[in-house]
Amino acid sequence: MADHRPEDLAPVEARIAAIEAVLVEKGILDIDAVDAIVAHFENNLGPMNGAKVVARAWADPEYKARLMSNGTAAIAELGFSGPEGDHMVVVENSSDIHNLVVCTLCSCYPWPTLGLPPKWYKAPAYRARAVREPRTMLAEMGTVIPDDVEIRVWDSSAEARYLVLPMRPAGTDDLSEEQLAGIVTRDSMIGVQQL
Amino acid sequence: MHDLGGLDGFGPVEHEETEPAFAEDWERRTFRFMVGSVGPLGGNSGMFRHSIERMDPAHYLSSSYWEHWLTGVTTMAVEAGAVTQEELDRRAGGHFPLSRPDRGVLPDDLTARTKHRYSVGDTVRVREWHPPGHTRAPRYVQGKCGSIVRIDPASNVSDIEAHGGGFVTDPLYCVRFTSRELWGDGGNDGEVVHVDLFERYLQEA
Repeated sequence: MADHRPEDLAPVEARIAAIEAVLVEKGILDIDAVDAIVAHFENNLGPMNGAKVVARAWADPEYKARLMSNGTAAIAELGFSGPEGDHMVVVENSSDIHNLVVCTLCSCYPWPTLGLPPKWYKAPAYRARAVREPRTMLAEMGTVIPDDVEIRVWDSSAEARYLVLPMRPAGTDDLSEEQLAGIVTRDSMIGVQQL
Repeated sequence: MHDLGGLDGFGPVEHEETEPAFAEDWERRTFRFMVGSVGPLGGNSGMFRHSIERMDPAHYLSSSYWEHWLTGVTTMAVEAGAVTQEELDRRAGGHFPLSRPDRGVLPDDLTARTKHRYSVGDTVRVREWHPPGHTRAPRYVQGKCGSIVRIDPASNVSDIEAHGGGFVTDPLYCVRFTSRELWGDGGNDGEVVHVDLFERYLQEA
């Protein structure tokens, strides 16, 4: 790389086409078999799953107790499991504690409940700053956490994948579980937003 | 260049409310390429991660996330003998940048362990050894003291798997560090950071 000027580089589209063609010709890559997996990611995984987990926890105290003591099993009760979700740890926000999830080394993220991570989660600014100055970074992102609230950052450096259980907003007592799921955002389950 | 925790100078987080799983078709193809190729090429998740960690630092910081995957897994294909740099350049119609050679070596200790030596509440110090190869001990906690807040089941040590040593288990812990311990005068009160660490990364404080 260092020996080549950027203008010498083949475009990324040409690069993926080149390596894909080689591996298909050699019988190493079976595109049809993998397409189904990719479609599963695009269609079935995403924050709508995590939102159902949060809404159930808000609506059902017994479910919430199970979720906090064994996140993986409680999330699987709702049908969400698989790679990058085999060891789920749920961390709960309160009036005293705000949780924030990051992966400083790469891009670890709970795929079954949140899908593939957004670009900013994988980008250097977030990964560098979340562990160094989380309160300042969150304020810049529009989420002001008062100084008397402890910020707990979780760097996903090994097997555990983290899901933030946000605080239930006031005035939602009359909402159904489905309606509650509708107000839970991806960002609130990463911890960069409060509801 | 991947070990980014605490590095200064990146500016604001460029946050977007929503985005599709794949913004462009080549990104989707790259995801499919990784999912379908790492196993058949004889790789594992540690090797895959390290294939990206070995990217030229300037390339790593100037390229998108999916280009990291494209570069890393293609490097694995070349190293497995499935294709050469010359053939890739010819087929792509230009230079196909790859990652640098693997300088990592297997750790000395290849003993599998499952029994946890530390308990919740224990204070531990992270060993300071900065290996040239793959590790899941971020630089910003090496040498720092923290307290164990959760015990996780023994798990496969990435440092060993990434360098061809196979499946070796080690007890795993979640360790809490204060911001002041990590960053000194540059840290903040009321902020703590948790990092998940293998027992072999830890020593008594």
